[in-house]
Amino acid sequence: MASQNMRPKVIQLYKTLLHLGKDYPKGYDYFRTKLKAAFVKHKDVTDQKELEMLLARGNYVVKEIEALYMLKKYRTLKKRYYPD
Amino acid sequence: MSAYRVLVGCKRVIDYAVKIRVKPDKLGVVTDGVKHSMNPFDEIAIEEAIRLKEKKLASEVVAFSCGPTASQETLRTAMAMGADRAIHVEIDGKEAETLQPIHVAKLLSKVAQEEKIDIIMLGKQAIDDDCNQTAQMTASLLNWPQATFASKIENDNGSFKVTREIDGGLETIKVKLPAVISADLRLNEPRYATLPNIMKAKKKPLAKKKPSDYGVEVKAHQQVLKVEDPPVRQAGQKLETVEDLVVKLKDGGFV
Repeated sequence: MASQNMRPKVIQLYKTLLHLGKDYPKGYDYFRTKLKAAFVKHKDVTDQKELEMLLARGNYVVKEIEALYMLKKYRTLKKRYYPD
Repeated sequence: MSAYRVLVGCKRVIDYAVKIRVKPDKLGVVTDGVKHSMNPFDEIAIEEAIRLKEKKLASEVVAFSCGPTASQETLRTAMAMGADRAIHVEIDGKEAETLQPIHVAKLLSKVAQEEKIDIIMLGKQAIDDDCNQTAQMTASLLNWPQATFASKIENDNGSFKVTREIDGGLETIKVKLPAVISADLRLNEPRYATLPNIMKAKKKPLAKKKPSDYGVEVKAHQQVLKVEDPPVRQAGQKLETVEDLVVKLKDGGFV
């Protein structure tokens, strides 16, 4: 069954996102609840195409969060050390 | 052309996002139970070293840190980002608190000689003590050229062309190797240590050393007299009418 093969990928994505959530500005608990809800919402999806689409979206979110952290750090430092 | 060996210093500091609180005895800041991470400027230095390696210019990237045992987490992060191995010089609580750039510079220079390092890459300053001294001191201890506040590094046949951020502009200098380079904020965008890489980093070698192994004494040369919070900004006022505003401005001598 196709959806069985996707299972490790989904779990991997969930773990990656959870790991990223530890640094989330609004707190880990806030992030975890939201993340879980987002995954539970699609728990009955079995269609291969749709699963792949959702995974791609998840991986896109990973990139977005990494970019968010980087930008936040850069801006904080810029504000602190480069006053003009 | 042989590939270079790069040594990167990474300091464990209180996370940039944490609100710093001064201890009640006014002799330091609260560090217990506070989130720590790698000094952001050192992250930039690590990233630049890894990019040199990815361009096949560097053969090995060695991460270095000195401080309490917890500094090893910082070194693991450095290895998760891509450093090949790490050297941790363990310095315990009391001595770690009074550790100064001169001690770190002495250790760095010894490590660099022992490991036959070509480039020492450092953050320009740490966000906790803001000393901005380690790179300069290391360079002079080793008698190597230095390129501080680097915002761009280009390889130029065995030497490096470094663009430096200086007051009111940029300066481009050429340094021969071996050299000490310190990273400014705009040098690059450090990558995020991903979960699988953090797992892999746990298997990378981490050497534990003591300052005495390098013949360096980490005795305090100074005494902290007082640490104080910065002055609090005074609250603003809301005024009802323009007349009030004019009166206020006149009182304050602004018009």
